[in-house]
Amino acid sequence: MSYRNQRILIILSFTIIPIALLFVFAYLPVVNMFRYSFTDWNGYSKTFEYVGFENYKSIFTDPKYFSVFKVSLYYFFATFAQMGLALYFATILSFKVKGKNFFKGILFFPYLLNGVAIGFIFLFFFKPDGTFDTVLQALGLDFLIQKWLLNPHIINVSLAGASVWRYMGFNFIVFLGAISSISKDIYEASDIDGANRWHQFRHIILPSIKRIVQLNIILSISGAISAFDIPYIMTGGSNGSNTFVIQTVDVAFKYGKVGLASAMAVVLLFIVVTVTLIQQFFVKEDK
Amino acid sequence: MKTSKSILGLVALTLTASLFAGCSSKESDTPAAPGAADSTPKGEITVITQRTDIVDTVFQDYAKKFNEKYPDIQVNFEALANYEDQIKIRMNTSDYGDVLLLPTSIPLADTPTFFEPLGSMEEMSKQYDGLEEREVDGKAYGLPITINYSGVIYNKSVFDKAGYSEPPKTIEEFMQALQAIKDKTDAVPLYTNYAAGWPLTQWEAVLTTVAGDKEYVNVKQPSTDDNFVPGAPHYDLYKVMYDAAKNGLIEEDPTTTDWESSKADLANGKIGTMVLGSWAIGQIKAIAPNPDDIAFMPFPTNAKERIVPLADDYTLGINVNSENKEAARAWVDWFINESGYPTTEGGGISPVKGAELPEILKQFEGTDVKFETQTPAEEKQKGLVDKIDKDAEIGLWQPDFKKIIIEAGIGNRPESYDDIMKGLNDAWVKSRAKVGAAE
Repeated sequence: MSYRNQRILIILSFTIIPIALLFVFAYLPVVNMFRYSFTDWNGYSKTFEYVGFENYKSIFTDPKYFSVFKVSLYYFFATFAQMGLALYFATILSFKVKGKNFFKGILFFPYLLNGVAIGFIFLFFFKPDGTFDTVLQALGLDFLIQKWLLNPHIINVSLAGASVWRYMGFNFIVFLGAISSISKDIYEASDIDGANRWHQFRHIILPSIKRIVQLNIILSISGAISAFDIPYIMTGGSNGSNTFVIQTVDVAFKYGKVGLASAMAVVLLFIVVTVTLIQQFFVKEDK
Repeated sequence: MKTSKSILGLVALTLTASLFAGCSSKESDTPAAPGAADSTPKGEITVITQRTDIVDTVFQDYAKKFNEKYPDIQVNFEALANYEDQIKIRMNTSDYGDVLLLPTSIPLADTPTFFEPLGSMEEMSKQYDGLEEREVDGKAYGLPITINYSGVIYNKSVFDKAGYSEPPKTIEEFMQALQAIKDKTDAVPLYTNYAAGWPLTQWEAVLTTVAGDKEYVNVKQPSTDDNFVPGAPHYDLYKVMYDAAKNGLIEEDPTTTDWESSKADLANGKIGTMVLGSWAIGQIKAIAPNPDDIAFMPFPTNAKERIVPLADDYTLGINVNSENKEAARAWVDWFINESGYPTTEGGGISPVKGAELPEILKQFEGTDVKFETQTPAEEKQKGLVDKIDKDAEIGLWQPDFKKIIIEAGIGNRPESYDDIMKGLNDAWVKSRAKVGAAE
């Protein structure tokens, strides 16, 4: 076999498996989702009927399906706290500090934990007289104690807080990677010019990782719109913590309307794509 | 090279193994022949159950006893933790065991596409109760694993401390009793299990008691546009839940409750009452320091008659794709008739006609309390309540609107009880018209 043919063979045999997996487990289900969104399939019957745009009509005419996007706002704003913290820790840990790797490990660890486990941890954390209340008491901050999941004004803040704890590690590690790729020479040069740490952050680090910040924002916003696992495990979407994805799952599996739920998933997909495009547009304007 | 050889060997082994597996299942491919009982059934069957708690203990003993009678049948068990959701997804394939529980959310009309008929209603109903739930075209598709009765499970010693030696009968008396428990004891008067969610669905089971009419659920309900209006059974039933929440008669923080510890708390007298089915009684008695404290009362009602509804638990059926239908059938018959499950682990009444009442119900013999099966729906209205319910996204058997009622009761939502009920009734009326028109 010639070298050329060998090359082709190797490339093909290495790519065919990931492409097959991608096709079978990502594209095929999406194509089917589009198809189901035009049917009244209940998820298990052998037969279903095509109902045209009926499902989309009910989503856009019934306010109950869209009102839950309010809850996404909590996760949206929490995103910024999450990015700020991640950037803060990443910057600090990119300088010389004691126990650097230990702290890196601690900060990234929550992201490795299973979402279900995190849900249960925080359920105990927010329980009356649970971990959080005990800590507050020990600090003499008793007056701050609340019914964290019972109070409808606080529940989404509590849940968004748990979500920040979980996903910050991911943002952090991405930022850290980007920051460490900045050449040491630039820092040295700025030291000679008399720049302090803040100047270095403002004028060296931030401009160098701008692209990564944008990427993280896009990921976080689409994450906020499709927030699911933490509220689903902790409250099941009750007490005003319902999100669009929880609602989609309920419609599909509690009420047996897989057709309608597929349509909701399609709508969500378009929303996420639109938000990303809008952001790209503004970012281009910046340049 | 060595590695590739061993991999080859492994592949060959797996291939041969699957070849044999294919053979063994083909060999015993016998068509279902109910009634042809003289040939001893054999083969391997998989039984899927929801009882994750006893699948490795009690069910293994069942298998042993079963094998004494049918030595040629190998029984394997598979327990699913979230039975209803998981089995529904598996039913998209043909691989969902040989014997399984019929998921309640599968519409009646779809039953024959998934399950093997067990026999004609005419024949079967001479021997068993509770077949109506899964009857399609005069054939029965599922045998209830036990027949449940629903009501209030309460702790006698808590009621004694509150000054009640006799359980309350009317809704007003019940509310007063809850208040007395709150005032005179440390116990939570009525524990809702809001966080777990599913225990809230148990309230729907006592609708017949509140209505005082065994025809209400299946016959009258699908024909009415006034399902949730003031004075209707649903309104009165959930008013109890709302008022209890509003008057602080439920747990302090419903959002962080836990089902397992609630059973222990009821057993230990930290909880006064819970609305549940009979299946829970055995589980609670088992952990109670004094099992006699745990008692059952019918849900309070203002109706003339006190009727405790008898309702099927899950029904047991046979996969239509099963390759060992005869063996599967042997298990179904043995499990219902001979294992003792319906009354022991199931905690209800046996579906076999003429079976004895459980001990805990003997106190009601000779009283005005009646234990009755709900009248099944008329032929043309079969499955209609379910269809309306799903289309309207009301969720009679889902926790959703019960949670909303509790949230409103404790002041977390601005809606009043009447607002919630009106919302439900509007959705009911709209979908009833729509589904009715499609029929």
